[in-house]
Amino acid sequence: MALKSLSPGRGVNSHGLNGREVKSRGGNGRDRAERRVAFRMTAPSLVLMALVAAVPIGYALWLSLNQYSVRTAGLSRFVGLENYITALSGPHWWAAFGQTFLFAGLSVSLELVLGTAMALLLNLAFKGRALLRTVVLLPYAVVTVVSAITWETMFAPNLGLVTNVLSTLGLPGGDVVWLGEHGYAMAVIVLADVWKTTPFAALIILAGLQVISAETYEAAELDGASKWQAFVNVTLPLLRPAIVLAAIFRTMDALRVFDLPFVLTRGANGTESMSMLAYTQLRENRLVGEGSALSILTFLTVMAVSVVYIRFAGGNIREVAKEEQ
Amino acid sequence: MSTLTAQRTTAAPAARGGAPKRRSPRRRLRGEAKLHPVVWVFVFAVMGFSLIPFYWLVNTSLKQGVSLSKGELFPSQPTFENYLAVFQNPEFLLALRNSVIIAVVTTTVALVFASFAAYALARLKMRRKAMILTLILSVTTFPAIAIAAPMFSIWREIGLYDTLLGLIIPKLTFALPLAIYTLTSFFKEIPRELEESAYMDGATPFMAFRKVILPLAVPGLATTAILVFISVWNEFLLAVTLTTSPEARPVPVAIAFFSGTSEFDQPLGTISAASVIITVPLVILVLLCQKRIVSGMTAGAVKG
Repeated sequence: MALKSLSPGRGVNSHGLNGREVKSRGGNGRDRAERRVAFRMTAPSLVLMALVAAVPIGYALWLSLNQYSVRTAGLSRFVGLENYITALSGPHWWAAFGQTFLFAGLSVSLELVLGTAMALLLNLAFKGRALLRTVVLLPYAVVTVVSAITWETMFAPNLGLVTNVLSTLGLPGGDVVWLGEHGYAMAVIVLADVWKTTPFAALIILAGLQVISAETYEAAELDGASKWQAFVNVTLPLLRPAIVLAAIFRTMDALRVFDLPFVLTRGANGTESMSMLAYTQLRENRLVGEGSALSILTFLTVMAVSVVYIRFAGGNIREVAKEEQ
Repeated sequence: MSTLTAQRTTAAPAARGGAPKRRSPRRRLRGEAKLHPVVWVFVFAVMGFSLIPFYWLVNTSLKQGVSLSKGELFPSQPTFENYLAVFQNPEFLLALRNSVIIAVVTTTVALVFASFAAYALARLKMRRKAMILTLILSVTTFPAIAIAAPMFSIWREIGLYDTLLGLIIPKLTFALPLAIYTLTSFFKEIPRELEESAYMDGATPFMAFRKVILPLAVPGLATTAILVFISVWNEFLLAVTLTTSPEARPVPVAIAFFSGTSEFDQPLGTISAASVIITVPLVILVLLCQKRIVSGMTAGAVKG
C-alpha cells in the first residue's frame, strides 16, 4: 500500500500506544509497534461486526436445523436438513428465487444502461450541468418506503398520475390495475428501483469516465474515429471496471430487495422476493426453523453471486489487489 | 473483494480534483460547446423522470376527499389538513423520535469506531490488511434477512426485541463497513507531510491520528456522517423484523403500516403528507451537501 512514503517519519516512532518502549529487533520493532496500534484501532469494529454478523448467522444455521415454533411456546426439536428439504421441494422458494433474479436482472441492466447514459450526460460541459447533477441525486435521499408509496399512488387505478394521463390521452394502460397483475406489478417495482438507484450507478460510472485521459480520445480522433466508434472502442472498454463495480453493488442490493415489494404488493401476484419469503415464514407464519433455513438460502445465494462476480471480474481484481498491497 | 477498494482509489481523486484539466480537450473532440437539441431532450427527460414523482407526492399530500379520489393533476382546493393530522398523530411523532434517536446514535458510534479502523487501514502497517478489508466489505453484501431472522429469536430471548437498542446494534453492523470504507479513502487523501512532521516531533501513530488527521478529516467525517445517516434512516428490513410496537418503530415502518389499517379507507393524503415530512429534511441535506455526497458515494463506492 502507500505506506512506503511513511517510512522517513516512522523512524522516530519507536513507542507503542502508551509510550512504552518497544523492543527493537532490527527494523521490525517499529513495524511491530505500528501493527499493534493498527490492530487495536481496528479491533473494536471487527469484534462488533463479528458478534453481530457471524454469531447470528451461526445461530440461524442452528435454528434452521430445528423444528422451532413460537406458536408452540418455542418447542425445539432437532430435525437435520428437514427445513431445507421442505423449502427446496416446495414451490415458494423457487418462485421467490426466480422473481428475485428477474427483478435483479431487469433493474440492474436498466440501471447500468441508464446510469451510463446519465454519466455521459453529466460529463458534458453545458450550462445547467450542476443543476442536473443535483436533480438526479434527489431520489437517493428518498426513503425507499416513501418511494414505493409514491409509485404506488402514481399507478393507482383512476386516481394515479400515470393511469390518469394514460386514460385521458386514450392510451392503453389507463384502465389497468397495475399492482394487481404479475407483469405490471413487476414493472412498477422495477421502475421504483430504477428511479431511486440509477443515480448511484451513474455516479460510479461518472467517476470512471473522468479517469479516462483526454489523450486517449485525441488518439482516437487522429485515427479518424467517429464519436460512436470512439464511444464503443475507447470509452466502453475503459469504463468496464467502473460498470462492473456498479453492477456488483447494484446486484447485491437488488438480490436483497425487500421494502419495494413489501410496500407495493405485500408479495402478492408473484412478486415475493427471497428476503420477503423468509420474513413471511418467520414473522407472519411463525415458522422459525423454516424461516431461518430460507434466510440461510438467501444468504448463500447472494454469496454465490458475489463469488461469480469476482471470478468474472477476476483480472481486474488481481491487478487491484496488487495495487492495494 | 479487495478490488473494490482499489478501483475506488483510482476513481476517487479524479472525481474530485483530476477532472477539470482533462475535460476541455474532450469537449473539443465531441464539438459540444453547445448541446445538440437531441441531447437537451435527454436532459429534460432525465429531469422529468427524477422530479415528477416528487410533484405527485406533494400534490397528493395537499388533497382531501373528492379531490383525492378523482386524482386531479393539480389540487383544486389545496389543504394542509393532512399535515395537521400527521403532526397530531402520536404514533407518527413517536416514530419520528425513534428514527432520530436510532439514526443519531448509530451514526455517532459508527463514526467513532470507523475512524479508528479506517486510519489503521489507510495509513498504518498491518498484518493481513487485504483480508480484513475483504471481510469488512463482505459484511456489506450480507442480506439483512440473514441477520434479522436469527436476531429476532436472540433478541426475544434476551429482551432486546422491540427496543431501540435492539435496532441500533444490528444497524451499526451495516453502518460500520460503509463508514470504514468511505473514511479510509478520505484519510488516504490527507497529505502525509503533516503527519510526518508530527512523527518528527515524537508523536505516536495514535497521537498523529488524534491531533493531526482527525481535525483535517472533518469534511470527510461530515460526508461519512451524512451517508451513514441516510442509510440508517432508510433501512427497513431490520426495522420491520425487530419491532412490533409503536414505541420502538422507526418512521419507515410506521408509514408502511399506516396504509395497512383498512383496505377501503386508505388514508392516502395522510400517508403522502407524512412521506413529504420525512423527505424534506433529507432533500435539503442533499441540496446543501450534494458535492460531498457525490464524492463520498464515489469514494466509498458503497451503497448507502
